[in-house]
Amino acid sequence: MLKCNITIGMHYLEIKYLVGKEIRLELKQKYVLNGILLYLVSTIFVTYLAFEDAITPETWNSLFWIILLFVAVNGISKSFVQESPARHLYYYTIASPQAVILSKILYNLFLMAILSLLAFSFFLLLMGNKVVNVPLFLLTLVLGSLGLSSVLTMVAAIASRASHNFSLMAILSFPIVLPLLATLMKVSRSALNSMDWSGLSGLLVILITINVAVIALAYLLFPYLWKD
Amino acid sequence: MQKDWWKYLSGVLLLYGIIFGFIVDVPDTMIQQTMRNLFFHVGMWFGMFAMLITGFIYSLRYLRKFNESEDIIAVEAVNVGLMFGFLGIFTGMIWANFTWGAPWVKDPKLNGAAVGMFIYLAYMILRGSIDDVHKRAKVGAVYNIFAFFLWIVFVLVLPKLAGESIHPGKDSPPVMPMNLDPSMRIVFYPAMVGWILLGFWIMNVRIRIRKLRLKIED
Repeated sequence: MLKCNITIGMHYLEIKYLVGKEIRLELKQKYVLNGILLYLVSTIFVTYLAFEDAITPETWNSLFWIILLFVAVNGISKSFVQESPARHLYYYTIASPQAVILSKILYNLFLMAILSLLAFSFFLLLMGNKVVNVPLFLLTLVLGSLGLSSVLTMVAAIASRASHNFSLMAILSFPIVLPLLATLMKVSRSALNSMDWSGLSGLLVILITINVAVIALAYLLFPYLWKD
Repeated sequence: MQKDWWKYLSGVLLLYGIIFGFIVDVPDTMIQQTMRNLFFHVGMWFGMFAMLITGFIYSLRYLRKFNESEDIIAVEAVNVGLMFGFLGIFTGMIWANFTWGAPWVKDPKLNGAAVGMFIYLAYMILRGSIDDVHKRAKVGAVYNIFAFFLWIVFVLVLPKLAGESIHPGKDSPPVMPMNLDPSMRIVFYPAMVGWILLGFWIMNVRIRIRKLRLKIED
């Protein structure tokens, strides 16, 4: 019991430092972050021009999640290739693998939360507000950010072990992220249609289960990817 | 010879399933004679499940002991699972063309099947892109375990919640004894076991081929 507490405590400290490192790294190389932001804004603008007045709640919903998926894949794919293998070896000697993956997921969660809120505000600005049930939509954004960050961080870790990992990231992540994305789109469709919260409990439970299970799987499986 | 009894059993059961699949009486329902597809399509589907579960189990076992032959079993199980998956989709498409008027319709169950195929094709591409044998086995095992879980959610849990499927077996699986006509039961269950055993047989042959290739390369 005591030992368990100590390891959790150590994880906590390690995660705190590693997340801090991720943030400092991102702020040091601002062009990466700026690149993702520009990608997000220009994609939304292109779809805005392409669709002109033809935006129904249904298309609004699909466009929003598809754009967010592409932004997420682009933003998270760098997670394990940004730093040199030598640096990874250094982290390997000083931190536990569990702390590394949890800190990456946590950092990507921050990133995705910010990006999804930005995407939402740009959608409001350019395509008008189609969301009826705003609290539910925001809840979907939170669960979606967590889900996308955990699934895609794990896929990025897998893809980083192979060559040509940028094209591989897309091939691996699109089918694997679909269960999550389909559920998210279903919940957010209902947020666009009515104020009604009934009938959603099943879908929300599924979303939370996917999130918890993916994080648990990442926690258990990442050590095998980490050591060569 | 004595160890191979299950291969003969598979042949006998499949022959029985195919012959009686065409002559047994099926109940007169809306889909009429196309119901016979159950013996083939659903049997192959169970074969795929058996193979993919085997792949999942051997990936787990590989990560415990890092025994290379367990990785070979995992990858060949997934290969045969993919083959059964495509056969299942193909037989389903022939059936759908007569029943729904189109080979492919938008339906949660069909989407689950397609996504499953994409996930496991990606597994093959992932393995192909790693040269180092041990690294390939390890990364492949991690992906296989991770993917299996998400695919199970997509194929078993989400269609139940969607509730809009037109695919048979929406409310409760038609292959359960209480939903299946007695005359079909005596053909379906043996045929299903036959398909699963055939899967293990093909897997067995493929594993031996792969091991011989490794030996030749050494």
